[in-house]
Amino acid sequence: MSQSISSSKIKSVLTPNPSISKNSEQNSSLGDFIQETLALTQRLFIQLQRRPSTLIAGIIQPFMWLVLFGALFSKAPSGLFGTDLSYAKFLAPGVIVFTAFSGALNAGLPVMFDREFGFLNRLLVAPLSSRYSIVAASTVYIIALSFIQTAVIIFASAILGAGLPGLAGLSAIALIVFLIVLGVTALSLGLAFALPGHIELIAVIFVTNLPLLFASTALAPLSFMADWLQVIASLNPLTYAIEPIRYIYGHGDWAINSIVMDTPWFGFSFGTVILVLLAFDALILLAIQPLLRRRFA
Amino acid sequence: MSAAVLIENLQKSYGDVQAVKNISFTVQPGEIFGLLGPNGAGKTTTIRCLCTLSKPDAGKIEVGGVSAIALPKAVRQRLGYVAQEVAPDKVLTGRELLKLQAALYHLPQKIIGDRIQQLIEVLGLEEYANKKIGTYSGGILKRLDLAAGLLHQPEVLVLDEPTVGLDIESRMVVWEFLQELRAAGTTVLITSHYLEEIDALADRLAIIDRGVVIAEGKPSELKDKLGGDRVTLRIREFTSDEEADKAKHILESLPFVEEVIINAVQGNSLNLIVKSGQSSLSKIEQSLAEVELPTFSLAQSRPSLDDVYLAATGQTIMDAQIAASSTRDLKKEKKQQMK
Ligand SMILES: Nc1ncnc2c1ncn2[C@@H]1O[C@H](COP(=O)(O)OP(=O)(O)OP(=O)(O)O)[C@@H](O)[C@H]1O
Ligand SMILES: [Mg+2]
Repeated sequence: MSQSISSSKIKSVLTPNPSISKNSEQNSSLGDFIQETLALTQRLFIQLQRRPSTLIAGIIQPFMWLVLFGALFSKAPSGLFGTDLSYAKFLAPGVIVFTAFSGALNAGLPVMFDREFGFLNRLLVAPLSSRYSIVAASTVYIIALSFIQTAVIIFASAILGAGLPGLAGLSAIALIVFLIVLGVTALSLGLAFALPGHIELIAVIFVTNLPLLFASTALAPLSFMADWLQVIASLNPLTYAIEPIRYIYGHGDWAINSIVMDTPWFGFSFGTVILVLLAFDALILLAIQPLLRRRFA
Repeated sequence: MSAAVLIENLQKSYGDVQAVKNISFTVQPGEIFGLLGPNGAGKTTTIRCLCTLSKPDAGKIEVGGVSAIALPKAVRQRLGYVAQEVAPDKVLTGRELLKLQAALYHLPQKIIGDRIQQLIEVLGLEEYANKKIGTYSGGILKRLDLAAGLLHQPEVLVLDEPTVGLDIESRMVVWEFLQELRAAGTTVLITSHYLEEIDALADRLAIIDRGVVIAEGKPSELKDKLGGDRVTLRIREFTSDEEADKAKHILESLPFVEEVIINAVQGNSLNLIVKSGQSSLSKIEQSLAEVELPTFSLAQSRPSLDDVYLAATGQTIMDAQIAASSTRDLKKEKKQQMK
């Protein structure tokens, strides 16, 4: 196989050289972390590019949510969803958040398949600077997908009569989508490391996905709900992502201290909601740490 | 100089299965070390502990003097690992996989392209590098895995049964390559259940059986330690039981014959252990002729590694292999592994 190459060249290629990678002890591992995260992210995008069906389905689905739910409530009395809020306007934030949430919830599946096929061993025997790079890569990937989906939803909603938030509003929506995707992606990856197989993971995704949708304010405001559901919806992180976006859709003049969300107990300002989402992310990232560190038997 | 790999009193159980009961061996820098054992002996379990994929229940593991348990990251940097089961990402091309691998080992960006190209050339992958891995044959996949394992120029390359399921030609390619690798100064640890493979490649080996080491040393040493020569005798192509018994009886009375075993599976051929010496064959033929038994074939050889295994366990590796593969529940193991 190597007839064409001189044996001295073979020798130089195959000779051990412990210093080929920068010495891991003295090297600031941030560079390493970025390098491995980018490489893992790139793999996910190559997969997406060569198997684009996930992306296509991911764009068609929220579009159908918008059209179907929009039609379902199209004859609702005007003003039912708040003064000056058409159902299209009401629905768009719910679909944005729910779509990002579903995508993030599924983030663990590719990792689970990597585990089952043994590809993950490749990553685990490598001197990764941190196994959070696996989480980071998935997050970057899901974020990118979610942003594409969000853009499509915002655009489609605008056509369906929801209007278009301003530039600051769009940036705020991006921030909120990022925060919800980060936490849920990390959670899903934690499950992918902890559960025994993809069947179990799919089961968990299945029993979480729709209930969390219905126990949030995505499709109907809190005031429509039974008291017990109001309590659950007020604890549901999805609600904390949906309500500020909805406020942005309804009010051109929103600010960091606008009260964007009412719960049975008290109102939350835009800033507080962001803090809640940050706390949610921090909690999950901490919780999955032992799962990542664990060596796989 | 510290050993390239040191494993001492390693133990690892899965549930109530003791996969590794007590394994110790030392690999010296620059040698090819073979870990020989039948199916289920504990080879993969040992290798997984060495490569920091599973945590041993007890024991010491060091690579170049560094503990795999205390400093797993440093050990990962020093090892290249070629797993028993190749796990390709079918969607990527070979080159893309190598690029990923290079980043995981933090190769400096500016040398990655060259380094990948060098390995592609050395492993003869030019024709395949830009094709999707899903289209590769088993032999090409193994070569890609070798390239991936060597990208970061590790001190030790660990290969778990690298030639299982490969055709003879691909197997020869791997053998030759490992010899080149040793010539270049890389230490190689290879597991196998093929005697010929370990015999042909290994400078030293350990034979393991049911989670313990039953012999360690140079192939020639282990064989010499057994002493005597092996003689295989066929009276006829297929010998009747009576004739085989009769021959056994006569041969056992010869002074230089130590043991006679009738191998029913091989058409009642006779396996003899004799004292080393030149004239055994003619004396055997002569004493058979005296009782009017013919000789269909007769051959004398030095003991093989299989004889070493046979002497320690009472069965050949092939028999152990067949017995073990019929009792293992691979699905259950896979499940256990995921826990
Ligand atoms: N994950 C697991 N769960 C339960 N038992 C296991 C597991 N892995 C291995 N075993 C058991 O441990 C023993 C050693 O297995 P191991 O895979 O280390 O053997 P091996 O020498 O690599 O065999 P092979 O030639 O089949 O690769 C076997 O009896 C096997 O059934
Ligand atoms: Mg094995």
